[in-house]
Parts: sequence; C-alpha cells; structure tokens
Amino acid sequence: MKPFDYFRPGTVAEAVVAAAQPGASYLAAGTNLLDLMKGGVSRPDRLVDVTHLDGLDQIERLADGGVRIGALVSNADLAHDADFAKSYPAVAEALLSGASAQLRNAATVGGNLLQRTRCAYFYDTASRCNKREAGSGCDARDGENRTHAVLGWSENCIATHPSDFCVPLVALDAIVEIEGRNGRREIALDELHRLPGDTPERETAFEPGDLVVAVRLPPAARGFAAHARYLKVRDRTSYAFAVVSAAAALQIENGKIREARLALGGVAAKAWRARAAEDVLRGVAPTVAAFQEAARRALTDAKPSGDNAFKIELARRIVVRALSLAAAGTPARIPALPASPFASTSGAIHA
Amino acid sequence: MNHSISLTVNGARREFVLDDPRVSLLDLLRERLHLTGTKKGCDRGQCGACTILVDGKRINSCLALAISHDGADILTIEGVARGDQLHPMQAAFIAHDGFQCGFCTPGQIMSAIGMMSEAQAGNDPERIRECMSGNLCRCGAYAGIVDAVLDAQAGMDEANQRRSA
Repeated sequence: MKPFDYFRPGTVAEAVVAAAQPGASYLAAGTNLLDLMKGGVSRPDRLVDVTHLDGLDQIERLADGGVRIGALVSNADLAHDADFAKSYPAVAEALLSGASAQLRNAATVGGNLLQRTRCAYFYDTASRCNKREAGSGCDARDGENRTHAVLGWSENCIATHPSDFCVPLVALDAIVEIEGRNGRREIALDELHRLPGDTPERETAFEPGDLVVAVRLPPAARGFAAHARYLKVRDRTSYAFAVVSAAAALQIENGKIREARLALGGVAAKAWRARAAEDVLRGVAPTVAAFQEAARRALTDAKPSGDNAFKIELARRIVVRALSLAAAGTPARIPALPASPFASTSGAIHA
Repeated sequence: MNHSISLTVNGARREFVLDDPRVSLLDLLRERLHLTGTKKGCDRGQCGACTILVDGKRINSCLALAISHDGADILTIEGVARGDQLHPMQAAFIAHDGFQCGFCTPGQIMSAIGMMSEAQAGNDPERIRECMSGNLCRCGAYAGIVDAVLDAQAGMDEANQRRSA
C-alpha cells in the first residue's frame, strides 16, 4: 500500500477543505477503499477520516413524512431499524442481501453510494482500464465479461455499479445531501452516478471535496411499503454481488396499480431506473401479462457488451418475478435468504 | 508523523504510538500485542478469519485501520473465555466438530458470538448459514459449525431464562 498522510477533521467544513486538495480521499469504514489501496488500485496521498465527525449517524423521521439517513449510519443499523424496515422494506432487504454481516456492520450509507465497480480488470493493475487510467483501454471488452453491463455502456467501459442499496433507493427517488466547497446542495441519487461515455474515469457528479452527509427519501417513498420487494440473482446465494437484481414497488388501489416503481441492479454503471416500464403499469391491473410488458419495456435498449446476452433475458424474468412478488404483498418478515429467488417464501409467479 | 491512539483490548486499556497510519487492526493485534488468535487469511475482507468484535459488533479487522478506531473497545478470541472456562460457543465448536484444521475457527467463533448479539438468526439453520456467510471454511466443516451455533444458542437462551426466572 502506498504511504499516505492521515487527517482527522473536527468538523464537516474542515473535512471538505482537506479533501478538496489534490490526492486526498475521504475514509469512512474503508471496506472498499482499503481493499483498493492494498491492491494499488487507489493510491491516495492523504486520507481524510470522517468517521469521528458528529451528527452523521442518525436516522431522522422528517415532519413531512420522509426520512433522512446520516451518511455514517451503517448498513446493518439501517436494515435492522424496525421502523425503517417497515416503511421501506425493499431497501432493508437490499441491504441485507449485500456483502457479509461483518461488512454490513462496518460499511456506511455514504460509502455504499461511492463504492467502486468490481470489474476484475479495474482491480487488476496489470490490465488496461479506462476507469482506473483514462485512455489506457478496456481489457474487459474482449475479456471475461459475462457479468458486465447490458445498458448504458460504451466502448470505453462496460463496468457495472455493484450496489444493492442504490437500486431501491433510485426507485424511490432518493436524494443525496452533499456538503461541498460552496456549501450545502442536494441532487437526485439518479443523477449522482454517471454513465461512462467517453469519460469512464468520471464516475459521479461530485466535485473535489464533496462529502455525502445524508440520503433522504421523500414522503411518497413510504407509500409503497405494502408492495415492495428486492430480488437479486447471484452466482452464489449469499455474500455475492448481483448478476442482475430488481427493486419493484407498487401502490395498488381497487385492483389497479396506482403507481409503480422499478429499478435494476447489476446491468449498468448506475442503478437503472426503468421509467418506461413504470409508465405502462400505471392504471392497469397487476397481472403477469402487464408485468411482462413492463419487463419488455425496461430492457428495450439493452444490448450485450460481451458474453452476457443472457443477462437481458434474465433481467426481464427478474423484473416479472420482482413485480409479481411485490404485487403479492411485502412479507411480514424478510426471508432467511434476503432477496434470493431461491428463498422458501411463497408468492412468486414464475415468469 | 506519529499518531497516538488508545484501545481497550479484551478489557485492558492499551496505548499505542503508530509511526505509520497504514497498520490495520489485524496487524496491530497480531504484531504489536502478539494476539495471534485473530488470523490473517485473505487480508481483503473476503474470508472472515480476522473477525473481531469492535464496540460489540463483528467486523473484518483486516479492512479496518487501527488509527481510525481510536477509543474503540475490542474483543478477540483470546478474550472470550473466563480463565479456564471456555465460552459456550467455544465449547459447542468442540462438541460438534465445528472445525478441522482450525485456521478459520477463531473468526467463526467471534462471528457466531457477534451474530448472537445481533439476534437475527434465531434457531433457523438457513438463517444461521446466511448470517455466517462472511466466514469461509476451506475444510468444509459447515455442518458442524451450524450445529455448534444452534447448540450454543439454545444453551445460552436456557441460561438466560434461568437467570431471569
């Protein structure tokens, strides 16, 4: 690991000033960053440790009906917060389907958003990677790429964003609160992560020094609690990243869908909101035929980036299954194998 | 630049001067305190052999910078027994052959102890397997590990009930 200076700021403002310097990087739990530093993939000159900052580890219910999650809340604490899990069950299930219990105890909300891709060529410093080293090329393009992107990719980069958490958050219109050199601002989570285009090294809308201080769910997000699921296919049932995942959330009134939310994970450089699919579900009965049409729309623009054409059909089926599970109703308890299509809980309509 | 930190390790307060911020909690425990029960397996957060409790919660000590955990309360495998009396989880691993070579065992036991305080698994073997998926066992002693956890949990639940009766 390359040597670095360590700085522990006393305030958010001090942190922003320190992290805005070239070569500086924020440190939260470090569950991804330290791994990247050990491999020589990330080589910061200075770590700005935000874990001792006050006031960033609260889950606040807002007067308007929304919720504000501090950036330093751990994945485990958020998923196991009874009121949060009841109000946003797909978010809790997504959190519990990610990583291992040890990592969930350490990993933070802010860090989850800013974790890096798990593309093997990004991790292997002997390989060419436009994300790690702009302009060097992409060895994933002709390499082992069965898990790579099928939506929003470019010739320069076919990596995916690995977060489970971001998938239901994007579906529920999450907002990211950022402290930066020019003060506080907020952006939609959907606009935080960038698609690769010609600049895959620029992964987010962040400027130097920007610090995630909180993630907010708007009041409307609570309205999907009765019909919300996260479903995740992975190469092994636990402790693995998604090959394809989907968050589905419905509001059903008088036998018809009043509003639908759908996002996909493991398919692009960001959690992929499927608005065209949501549109066709509005006002119709929650039937398999309707869900199949939604799935078709969600993947209309998908194309393989390598040996991964199977992911397109898999994604369609996961969408139908996730919507079917959501329509059947949020279970009283998260299944023993969170988000697994192999969970013993019934209620799935096979696609 | 040197950094001073203090940690409580297995109940004892310890002060450290770090001349390099790169040292992980794992390396600090093994090389500065010679507490070698906590194992270095992958050193990348994948195998769970380095699992310890920090402020009561299980984490991978290989992915934790010591300097960032200034003030933390740490429990390692060396701190779970009371004198010669094994922790019930240790005894259950022996009773159920929850290991073969033993390399992953301290991490498995610390993870299982952490899991019990999280109270998410209950007595459901499927849930225990899921909650223990961050600990790999190359020998494949998983069946014994699940039995040990179930047994230790039942015994400790019973003991708690006796205490509160």
